[in-house]
Amino acid sequence: MTTRDIVFTAVGAVTALSALLSVTTKQVVHAALWLLVCLGSLAGAYLVLGQELVGLVQLLVYVGAIVVLVLFALMLTRAPIGPHAEIDTPWWQRLVGALLGAATTALLASLLLPLFSGATADLDTPTTTTPRVAQAVFGTWVWPFELLSVLLLVSLIGAFAVSRLVLHRDGGDGARHPGTVSAGARSDGRG
Amino acid sequence: MIHLSLPAALSALLAGIGVYGVLARRNAVLVLIGVELILNAANLLLVTAGSRPGAPLSAGPVLTLFVITIAAAEITVALAIILVMFRRTGHIDLTAVPDLTDDEPDEPDDPDDPDDAGDPGDAEDPRAADRDGHPRDATREPAAAGEALA
Repeated sequence: MTTRDIVFTAVGAVTALSALLSVTTKQVVHAALWLLVCLGSLAGAYLVLGQELVGLVQLLVYVGAIVVLVLFALMLTRAPIGPHAEIDTPWWQRLVGALLGAATTALLASLLLPLFSGATADLDTPTTTTPRVAQAVFGTWVWPFELLSVLLLVSLIGAFAVSRLVLHRDGGDGARHPGTVSAGARSDGRG
Repeated sequence: MIHLSLPAALSALLAGIGVYGVLARRNAVLVLIGVELILNAANLLLVTAGSRPGAPLSAGPVLTLFVITIAAAEITVALAIILVMFRRTGHIDLTAVPDLTDDEPDEPDDPDDPDDAGDPGDAEDPRAADRDGHPRDATREPAAAGEALA
């Protein structure tokens, strides 16, 4: 048990606990906030594993952008404040979900733990992996990298196009006043 | 020095929690949170495998960066779809029975609606033409027809 092992155990416990809370809490906004804690502490885990660049990108993209997007989506869909039982499936379905989740964990652990048993990474020499990662990104992986930038552009345009979709039905309100379908659907989604 | 079985175990744990999150939630945004947890389990496994001595081409961290980018693209499109779903149905409950019927311009008359039956201007109403199955102007959007009505 080295120092890094202990630090990783602590950070990993925070990660696993906050992940568990983010999928079990009854409050919608708390789920997103626990996800924030989970992703942030996972960035810490990447730092402990010696990948500073990945940890910082995780902080920037996941914590800074994706969780904020999720929070915005919760606000735009009128997430209820306070405990709300309607966000979960019935108990038997949750039981099956828990069994399947435990089975996934058991399967992956039974595969990965023998694979990584005894494997160690020597991270104590004072080197940084960032120059090697940068050379690999702009050398070996340059075409996937460029394709990913195209993918980001396409997904942005696609998200914009999808969110501009006007679907001409929301209850009876829009049908009676067809001119206000889009505005009505946007302003009072519940009719 | 760090033993790599610890991050591998955490990765397996995160994947299981993510599967539970996908299966146990009805709110579409919270299902996406479960998907994010699964993606992060994959990322952690990539970083773990990449930090083994002798991993070629820096594949672990580079592929992790790529997966993070793909996750950003995925969640953008997914949230746009969820917002459209909310505007159309008024909720984002994934277990609700989906209403997949086509938009029908001839919806049945509502007896509670005072301005629906016995409307004197019914013959001139473009919706009346729709009701007979012969739309006056097939190329017009219903919204445009409504503006003409107003």
